[in-house]
Amino acid sequence: MDPHRQLSLHVPEPSSRPGDQPDFSYLKLLPAGGARRPEQDCPPQDMHDLAFDLVRVLDDEHAAVGPWAMELDPSLLLRGLRAMEKTRIFDERMLMAQRQGKTSIYVQCRGEEAIACGQRLALGPHDMCFPTYRQQGLLIAQDFPLVDMICQIYSNARDKLGGRSLPFFYSERDHGFFSISGNLGTQFMQAVGWAMASAIKGDNRIASGWIGDGSTAESDFHAALVYASVYKPPVVMNVVNNQWAISSFQGIAGGQAANFACRGHGFNIPSLRVDGNDFLAVHAASKWAIDRARANLGPTLIEWVTYRAAAHSTSDDPGKYRPADEYAAWPLGDPIERLKQHLIALGQWSESRHQAMVEELGAEVKAAAKQAESFGTLGKGPAPSASEMFNHVYKEMPPHLRRQRQQGGV
Amino acid sequence: MARKNMIEAIRDALDVMLGADDNVVVFGEDVGYFGGVFRATEGLQKKYGKSRVFDAPISELGIIGAAVGMGAYGLRPVPEIQFADYILPAYDQIASEAARLRYRSSGEFFAPITIRTPCGGGIFGGQTHSQSPEALFTHVAGLKVVMPSNPYDAKGLLIASIEDDDPVIFFEPKRLYNGPFDGHHERPVTPWSAHPASEVPDGHYTVPLGKASIAREGEAVTVLAYGTMVHVALVAAQETGIDAEVVDLRSLLPLDEETIEASVKKTGRCVVVHEATRTSGFAGELIAVVQERCLYHLEAPIERVTGWDTPYPHAQEWDYFPGPGRVGAALHKVMEA
Repeated sequence: MDPHRQLSLHVPEPSSRPGDQPDFSYLKLLPAGGARRPEQDCPPQDMHDLAFDLVRVLDDEHAAVGPWAMELDPSLLLRGLRAMEKTRIFDERMLMAQRQGKTSIYVQCRGEEAIACGQRLALGPHDMCFPTYRQQGLLIAQDFPLVDMICQIYSNARDKLGGRSLPFFYSERDHGFFSISGNLGTQFMQAVGWAMASAIKGDNRIASGWIGDGSTAESDFHAALVYASVYKPPVVMNVVNNQWAISSFQGIAGGQAANFACRGHGFNIPSLRVDGNDFLAVHAASKWAIDRARANLGPTLIEWVTYRAAAHSTSDDPGKYRPADEYAAWPLGDPIERLKQHLIALGQWSESRHQAMVEELGAEVKAAAKQAESFGTLGKGPAPSASEMFNHVYKEMPPHLRRQRQQGGV
Repeated sequence: MARKNMIEAIRDALDVMLGADDNVVVFGEDVGYFGGVFRATEGLQKKYGKSRVFDAPISELGIIGAAVGMGAYGLRPVPEIQFADYILPAYDQIASEAARLRYRSSGEFFAPITIRTPCGGGIFGGQTHSQSPEALFTHVAGLKVVMPSNPYDAKGLLIASIEDDDPVIFFEPKRLYNGPFDGHHERPVTPWSAHPASEVPDGHYTVPLGKASIAREGEAVTVLAYGTMVHVALVAAQETGIDAEVVDLRSLLPLDEETIEASVKKTGRCVVVHEATRTSGFAGELIAVVQERCLYHLEAPIERVTGWDTPYPHAQEWDYFPGPGRVGAALHKVMEA
């Protein structure tokens, strides 16, 4: 056999592994303000470049530049900053609670706070998000009660979900937050269906679907793009590319061969690639896609370029598969730091005010955790009734479940 | 009141519900303009418009995923999967999502969807147009599973399913679409018009989910059957002269255990019949229920007559299909025990 003619399998590898120098040279980064802002009704085929460009607003001097820099009320930016910081402090507290055995598992969204918080503040109150487990910012940005979130995480007597669901699998219909599922990608297709329903009823509400880079490989991602392309429902399709799916780098999901935004092109869906650590860019791009959907101009796909700063979950050790200091080298920086510096540059904020806010939020989160703890933690203190196990399988409990509940003695 | 075959009864049920409830939407592959490959949705798009009745891309997971999203919004979707053999790409959306949505959200979201899908063999459908995958769904907590055996039940059960706030898998034995079929493939097909169950009332009526019906009263042995096998069991009783009580389960989940128990306690014998493959098939569950509830009334081991544990073959259609000969033999066997 001629060795030069032997086939070989291509298995992508990340640019660096534990012990290596972090290397993000694969990211093509253009200066802030470089990406153009198309008209609201721009046909998708006329904006293909934007899937390869990167929408960025905040430059290295913390100024808002370029066509995506909107006239934003500083109070909105301060709300965003506060939401992001609160999300991070909340995550840190829950990580600690998991280490203390108050819950079984937790996932942080460290480094990705701008995306959920920025989009939530651009959505209307009656729009519906179909989040993954890493969009807690969608709730926190609307000042959702932290005690309720923690009671769910602790599966305690006040857990609205009766202890039936894993921690952080919230469901908050009245806050536009669809019930989280452990099965990846499923909600991306459901978001499209929800948006179709809104269109069928002649409503003006839109859906926001969420998926990670790894889960774009699920069949649901493809189905969602097909349905969005066919029926043109009002949906924003968010791909959060944080470079990692547990231990697999985004190249294993196909991200090395082609970015995730450009996948929209084959479906003629307008597609943007956006700096996910730039709150202003997140808000502006979200607004563009939301306004477009609400104007009945159809779906938009957005790839948010960010980095998963923390471990995948409390059950994961990223030191086993990537450089320990990789996040420090991430070229798009930290979303909280960048917005903070921008507000300071605007004269709207200061390090000392920020420090005071961090302390205030820390106290708020701590108090919420303490209050939640008084209603029990996992396996300790007040707990959901065992009979909750049999509730909500069906609307009415059928006879066989009634018998099993009696048999179970609950 | 008019005489209808099962297709017409199903179409009538969809028509009634599309007219009664603006939130009902019907969609699936070829169900819109064309009216469905079995004509079950013929004329509905013209009558109710494209936003109520429409064609879908060939993606079963997309069809059901969209339906789950629509249900979460507040619609009452009635999606169609063209053949039950092709429901598997949607299994994740059905079993992990539709079935669990109410449970995991404490009732905040639910999936009031009715998945219509033609099932069953006896039509030379081969491996991928003949399967009976009901056991894959009766094993899923949160689903309801229904299979009618005649036009009257088909309409009433379908309306009840659409009105139900839980997800229902509505299996339609395609062999029964145009007429009852007792497994005598060598005889000419009889149309539904000669059968009393083809008298289908106009307008709205329901047949309750979770309730079996007695297709034939008898004293000697209970036959538990559903779908096409109800008709096979009826002819087997007639041909053997054994006074069998044929219970048409209609709903597999929830199951009408009371009717089953009452019948088996009366007869003391039981034969379970289904087209699906044997191992881990629904008969296993039915036999367990009978054993749990009726053991001391049983005078013979419970028999099951099912499809063989093979994929559904083409040329060997009538060697595979559990016809009246095999069911009759089982009736004799339990009577001789």
